[in-house]
Amino acid sequence: MKPAPFEYHAPETVADVVGLLAEHGDDAKPLAGGQSLVPLLAMRLTRFEHIVDLNRVDELFGVSLDNGGISIGAMTRQAAVETDTAVADRVPLLHLATPHIGHFQIRNRGTIGGSIAHADPASEYPAVMLALDGVAEIASASGFREAPAAEFFESTFMTAVAPDELLVALRFSAWDQPAGFAFDEIARRSGDFALAGAAVGIGTDAAGRINRAAVGMLGVGPTPLRASSVEAALMGLATSDADPAEIGRLAAEDMDPIGDVHASVEYRRRAGSTLVGRVLANALAQVNTEAGNG
Amino acid sequence: MADQIPLSMTVNGQTRRGLGEARLTLADFLREQAHCTGVHLGCEHGVCGSCTVLMDGEAVRSCLLFAVQADGAGITTVEGLAPDDETLHPVQEAFRDCHGLQCGFCTPGFVVSVAAFLEANPDPSDEEIRHGISGNLCRCTGYQGIVAATRQAAAVMKGSGQS
Repeated sequence: MKPAPFEYHAPETVADVVGLLAEHGDDAKPLAGGQSLVPLLAMRLTRFEHIVDLNRVDELFGVSLDNGGISIGAMTRQAAVETDTAVADRVPLLHLATPHIGHFQIRNRGTIGGSIAHADPASEYPAVMLALDGVAEIASASGFREAPAAEFFESTFMTAVAPDELLVALRFSAWDQPAGFAFDEIARRSGDFALAGAAVGIGTDAAGRINRAAVGMLGVGPTPLRASSVEAALMGLATSDADPAEIGRLAAEDMDPIGDVHASVEYRRRAGSTLVGRVLANALAQVNTEAGNG
Repeated sequence: MADQIPLSMTVNGQTRRGLGEARLTLADFLREQAHCTGVHLGCEHGVCGSCTVLMDGEAVRSCLLFAVQADGAGITTVEGLAPDDETLHPVQEAFRDCHGLQCGFCTPGFVVSVAAFLEANPDPSDEEIRHGISGNLCRCTGYQGIVAATRQAAAVMKGSGQS
């Protein structure tokens, strides 16, 4: 349970990080919070000649307001996302999803960029990013580019970030309309990897008709997935007319789960689609509450 | 590749210097070079919580950090929680009173985690306590004693204004 030897780099700027990545290519790996990478190194499931530690790159930390939305530096700790009032106010789904990540000791080190770049299909932030059409800002020695969530998660643990590139920030827009958000997941024990999870955002027009539906799922496919059948079925309905249990069942068709010792394919499909219905019900209830208050 | 890197950090209030490869974990540095053998290693991949320490006041898994990453940081291990050799920290006292341990292997990690948890949540409900200790595994107690100990420690720490 000891990592193989590596050369350690502790750059202090993004420019220096991408310089190292350009020099060493896929022999180098950026180290964010280390809550997934270090176990993989310790179990020797992977090894790298060069580890590029991002923990001293100050410009990668922090939440900033961005055009009505927010921009979150890739090294922002999950614990900081959890307590940030701008996040809670502008991107409630991120706030709601964060306590489901690991345990508080994990969230003290784990980062939003690390979770998203690692792209574990059972983790929370990738599903939220996909549901909300978040945008990844990616740096390399040749400059900056952006990748929308829909193009970011290529397959299990594989993203649009190339070995010589660095995920530097995530951007999310706020929903400027009556809206409700909910997140939940099924795990055998608190903090375990989810067997299935759902992130739901529902937006309506002034008359209470659904004109925006965002349903992300985790743990039920090789990547995080959108439940597009559920989203399509919700559009145009009055929130009071939507039957969440019935609509949630449609999510089974949008899943591509694997079976393992924790749960079979069929269990993941059934439990997952039931969960989508429940989370949808919670999100719908939030919209109604907001409308009632307004 | 196997270059030895000089290390310096504050461990339980004292400056500790050492030397290690980049791959040396903080847990191994604390155990082998700072002689804080209260840092227990159960799983060495971040699951069991036995190696939990405070780094600059925050509870972290010391098996998931490289010692070089903690260079310049302030570390508190279970040995550094109590004010002196004659006194137990209220969390330690409560674990003893409430049978919060049997074999004791997981206990240092629990004690450090619970101390940090109560710092952030001075008046937790039982449900919050169970959630708060979910990052530490105990194979003996069934957790009832640990929950009771956390409850007692919360009351004592609140009463003494130490929260």
